[in-house]
This record gives sequence, structure tokens and C-alpha cells, in this order.
Amino acid sequence: MKTTSVMIVGVGGQGSLLASRLLGTLLTDEGYDVKVSEVHGMSQRGGSVVTYVRYGDKVYSPIVTEGECDYIISFEKLEAARYAGCLRKGGKIIVNTQEIDPMPVITGAAEYPADVLEGLKAEGFDVDDFDALAPALEAGSAKSVNIVLMGHFAKCSDIPKEKWIQALNKVINPKFLEMNLKAFDLGYNS
Amino acid sequence: MKKLLIGNEAVAWGLYNGGIGLVSSYPGTPSTEITEFLAKHDDIHSEWAPNEKVAMETAFGASLAGMRSACAMKHVGLNVAADPLFTMSYTGITGGMVVCVADDPAMHSSQNEQDSRHYAIASKVPMLEPSDSAEAYAFAKSAFTLSEEYDTPVLLRMCTRIAHSQCVVDIGEREEIPMKEYVKQPSKYIMMPGYAKLRHPIVEERTEKLRALAEDCMYNRVEMAENREIGIITSGCSYLYVKEVFGDSVSVLKIGMPNPLPEKMIRDFAAQVKKLYVIEELDPVIESHVKALGIEVTGKQLFSAIGEFSQKTIRDAFLSEGVAIADVPEIQGAAPAVPGRPPMMCSGCPHRGMYYTLVKNKITVIGDIGCYTLGAVAPLNALDSTLCMGASVSGIHGFNAARGSETEKKTVAVIGDSTFMHSGMTGLVNIAYNATNSTVIILDNSITGMTGHQQNPTTGYNIKGDPAAKVDLEALCHALGINRVRVVDPYDLKACEEAVLEELAAEEPSVIISRRPCVLLKYVKPKTPLQVDTDKCRGCRKCMKMGCPSISFKEGKARIDRTLCIGCGVCEQLCAFGAIGGKAE
Repeated sequence: MKTTSVMIVGVGGQGSLLASRLLGTLLTDEGYDVKVSEVHGMSQRGGSVVTYVRYGDKVYSPIVTEGECDYIISFEKLEAARYAGCLRKGGKIIVNTQEIDPMPVITGAAEYPADVLEGLKAEGFDVDDFDALAPALEAGSAKSVNIVLMGHFAKCSDIPKEKWIQALNKVINPKFLEMNLKAFDLGYNS
Repeated sequence: MKKLLIGNEAVAWGLYNGGIGLVSSYPGTPSTEITEFLAKHDDIHSEWAPNEKVAMETAFGASLAGMRSACAMKHVGLNVAADPLFTMSYTGITGGMVVCVADDPAMHSSQNEQDSRHYAIASKVPMLEPSDSAEAYAFAKSAFTLSEEYDTPVLLRMCTRIAHSQCVVDIGEREEIPMKEYVKQPSKYIMMPGYAKLRHPIVEERTEKLRALAEDCMYNRVEMAENREIGIITSGCSYLYVKEVFGDSVSVLKIGMPNPLPEKMIRDFAAQVKKLYVIEELDPVIESHVKALGIEVTGKQLFSAIGEFSQKTIRDAFLSEGVAIADVPEIQGAAPAVPGRPPMMCSGCPHRGMYYTLVKNKITVIGDIGCYTLGAVAPLNALDSTLCMGASVSGIHGFNAARGSETEKKTVAVIGDSTFMHSGMTGLVNIAYNATNSTVIILDNSITGMTGHQQNPTTGYNIKGDPAAKVDLEALCHALGINRVRVVDPYDLKACEEAVLEELAAEEPSVIISRRPCVLLKYVKPKTPLQVDTDKCRGCRKCMKMGCPSISFKEGKARIDRTLCIGCGVCEQLCAFGAIGGKAE
């Protein structure tokens, strides 16, 4: 099997590490060779963050470069656009429609682009955009946006939902499991 | 047990199963998790030391006592610990000892891009370099045996991509290694000239033996392909990128022990291929060795000494050489230009109030290493310099010694609590002893922040989270010779300004401790988010000058994002129109 590449992108603090660990655990349990690349340290502090998940029969590189990505899962609109060049021809972008102003916008040095997703669609990108924040709040916390998005991605994957639930049980702190199972379900059904 | 592990957790498992008894480290991205994962084991001694030199010497002490030990640090941490390293090369070890060092090509979280392999060569210590978590586990475990067989500390070199990438590792069982007997050996362990002169020839002999080992060991291997047109010598994560692009279609010599490098293995490999390349991140260490053997090779002329590589780097380089590459990726489209998103200080960060005060009063700020280095970015642009751990306190002394009263009244040094413990204290002694009228601000957020919340000697807790001796910063500064020491709450802008102006005006050195715990600490409970009364807001943007990520400007008015705001109240003090405050619904 050819290697499949997924990028989970967003803003430091949105929970992309947990999302990539969920996916990594699930794919390992499914018997794939898996590589996951995370971001730690300074770049986490409110900056743009990207984690890579790659799986297949034999995976060497832990990172994803231009034209190699099958799925971009973006926690924020601007970040989807930032990494769009990594998408392979025919790849798919799943994006939360939340807007988080970066510092150049806050200081007035730049403007948040008004129609960034429409622009991508017009360029022929396959963009699946939806509001992941509302279901996260419904599940109990804005922090579960990551699991809402993974729930939505689960629907595109060819791995059965119960396997995802098993992986969630493994990686989520039991204290927050119920909320995250709800968030996953809301994402899956949106 | 098979488990998906980041490289650093794999190193921790390798060291643990290899029989480690003690680990002492100072946190530093991308090395921190090695020690954090080891600290989960209660049957070994683990600790955060105040700095890397203390950590390495502690590990040396344990080795001297007969125990297998390790320390871990980032690349620049090895500069701090270089002094013990070079002489430990002479003394050798009793219990096996591993020095883990993590380089950061592309500087994801660092101030320079130095290549730690030079330390292995300069100190004449063997170095191992894994390519993924599975190798990180195997190399770390075997490093203890290598260390004891050759009577030397062993360097284990990681880099960001390997330290923070996960792959499946088969974790075995822990080997219980009995401590070796402690025997007094003056000529081995007392490095004064007479004895050190006896040890140096032993070091040179050891290097020759290690060179022989390099020809035939588990670390270096040849993967010969049918195609002999191209041969690539590579190591670390570059190996992964080469395999990603070429699979098994080109011949590869994979180096897992970058010091000392093999000679015959390289000559044999080079003789079998038509064109030889070396692909290594950062400096041309392997390339220089190959060239010194008189072998023609292409390296840095094609692969930069700057930054990280990727499969794209390798692909593009060989395409430019006219080499055919299968499956060149095709993009869907180019990414549109979008505003950057640099990292920044968090919403409610206690450093912000103090920085705002310094910027407002046009103070020159000699900075240091930590979360507060982010005060350098817009809109605060608060810092004038950042060099290395502790350099703010020593640096301001030199700055003021050079310019005297011209700068003494308008310059401060800023340094975090953990960094002050690391190497700020000695600089403060120098200010008192050699008398400049300098003002030092300790930004005490009660944790080592940037590396992800590690305890330090000022927090009152140890690596396990258990209560520990707590350094009294005020008493310490007094003891180091500073009479004027005061504490302010950085959420109180008026108090900050009073403190800064008074201490700058004082005719003697002073320390201001700007004290409030990091908002990300679990015990810090956020207050109710604030909101903007849009009727009162005049759109003056004064509240935006401190660069809080919770405040944005929409339709001519400030707006506070209640999912981010933690109610610190600093912006409320800035608003001249009383527009910020109240309670959000």
C-alpha cells in the first residue's frame, strides 16, 4: 500500500498533539507502519503548529512536504490556507471555520483575509469546511474542538467507527472521556 | 511490549532497560522528555539540576560510585557542560555513562544551529546517532555496554525530528545491573598534570580501538543496491529522507556512529559506486572525513549546511543533478499568501505587565532565554539583546561598565527564575563585586515555562512534584551582595512603574522580583473574562499596545475574546475611558 499522509494544523494550544496521538494509536492498532511528527517548545506558544501522521506498509520520513499530503485537518481557517501547498492533487482539506487572529492582525500590520476558504475552493481545492467550535461547546468545552475534527475526519477514513472509539478510550484521560466521546460523535455526524 | 514512542521516550526506555540508576538533567527543547519519561520510574534517582554542568557532574559522580548514569541536554546545554565532558574523556567511567544531546536544526526552539558532533571529535568521546525511535531505544540501551567496554562516556546525539517523531518500538525488559565496587584510583580520577599526562595516551589508544569497532558494529551498515551508479553516505534523519525518495534503489552507507568514523568501510563503499554523495544535516563532518581519505565526494555543494532537510530537499537536489526520480509529487495548487502567525506570550502571561512598563518608559532591556524572550516580538519589541542562558545579568554589567551613568539609569536586565538559578546568579555576584549600578529584574513565574513546566530550585518542588527545598530569591540576592531587593506583582502596572523608576534612579545595584505564577499552571485559576463596553470604547488602541492575543480590533472598537481572556486585568488599567471591565455574561 502507498503511504498516506495527514497533516494536522492549527494554532499552538488547540490540541493538535492529542489529535495526532489519537490517529497514531489507531493506525498502529490497525497494523500499519506509522510515523508521527510533533511540535514542542517555543513554536507551541500561540504560533502556527503542524503535526504529521504518515501510514502504510513501510514509512520512512516522519514529515510531509509539498504535494504529498492526502488530508489536511485544520483547526483554523488561515492555517488551512498556509499549508494548502502541501496537498497532493486530489487531496482533501477538512477545516474548522473558526477564526483566530494572529499577532500581525492584532497589531494592525496585516488584515485577516476575508474569503480565504472561498479562494481555495475557486482554485480547485476540495474543502470540507464546518463549524467545529459549536459542537465542542455543546460537548462541554471549547478544548474538545480537536476531537470534533477527528470525528469528522473519521467519517472520511475507511476505518470503522468502533475502532476510533477504542483508540479514544486508550488516549483520552478517563476524566474527560465522556465529553470527548460526545465531541467525537458530534463531529462524526456534522 | 510494542508501543508508539517519540524518540525521547524511546531513549528513556533504552536507558532504563539498560540498567540506569541515576539521571540528572536541565530541561531544553528538544531533549526535555528523555528525563521526564525516566522520572516516571521510581526505582531510579531522577532530578532536574540547576544547569547542564551540574547535571553532567552529578551523573559523573554516580558513575564514579559505580552506578550506570545519564544526563540529557539540548545542543547549547552541552556548551555549558563542555568542561566536565572534556576531562571525563580522560578519566573514563566506572559505571556506564551516557550523555544525551539534542540538536535543533532549523532552530525550532533555539538560538543557534550548532552541530554537536564537533564536541565528540574535540573531546575524543564516541557518539551514537539514531535515525528513529526504534534505533534510539537500541542505541541508548547499548551505549552503557559501549561505555563500560571502552571506559568512556558515550554521547547520544538526537535532533528535533527524531526526538519528537513517533514510531513503533519493541520495548524489552529492564536489565538489573549491580553497582560496581568503588575503589579509590587516584591516577585515573584525579586530573592534575602528572596523572592527566598518563591518561592522554590511554585516550588516544581508546580512539584507535573505537575506530576498529566502527568498521564492524551494530551502528554502521551498508545497504547495497543492484544499481551502483549512486552511493550515498548518510546518517540521522537524512537517512530516512534518502530512503523515502529512493527506497532500495540506490546504495547507502548508513552511519550510526559519527565519531569515530570508519575508514575501510567508507573506502570499500566508495570503490563500489560510480558517484558518491554525503547527505548530512548541518556541518560537513562526514564529508570532511571522506575528503581527508582522499575520496572524491559531493556533499555541501549540493546539500546546505543551513536548516533541516526533508525528502523534498533530497528529491530537488538529485533532480538538479539530472537523476531520474520516481513519483515526483504534484501539488493541487499553490498556497495563498497569508499573514504569519509567530509564537507569542500567552493571554494573561505575567511577563506582559512588566514588559509594557519597560516599553512605556523607553528602557533598554538586556534579555535572556525563556518564554519572556517572546517580549522581543511586535507590538512590544521590548528586548535589545538575547544571547544565551544567564547572559542578561552579566551582559548588563558590561554594558553599564562601558557607558556608565549614561545607561545605568535607563537599562535593565530581565531573566526568569529558572534561568537565574541556571547561570544568572554568578553574573549578579559580578555586578555587586565589580560595582556597576545595574538593575536586574527577575521575572519569577514560579516554573521553567518554555520547555513545558519543569520544576526548579525556586518552585519548592522536585521532578516528581514532591515538596523540596525552596530557594528564597530575596535572601539569595541579598547574600550575593545586593542591598536593594523588592518584589512587585506584574499585574499591577502602577506598582511596576514605581519599582522600575525608583530602582533605576537608585545609586546602587538593585533587583526587582516580578512575581506571579505562569497562567498555564494547573493551580492558577482563571478569573472571569473581561469585556469591552463598546459605548465607552473610543477605538484608541491603547489596550492593544501590550500585544495580548485576547484583544482584537473589529469595526473601530476593541473586542475581548472570552474563550482566551483569563481576566488578568492589565488591559483594564490601560484604558483611559473605563471601557474595559465588568463581567462577561
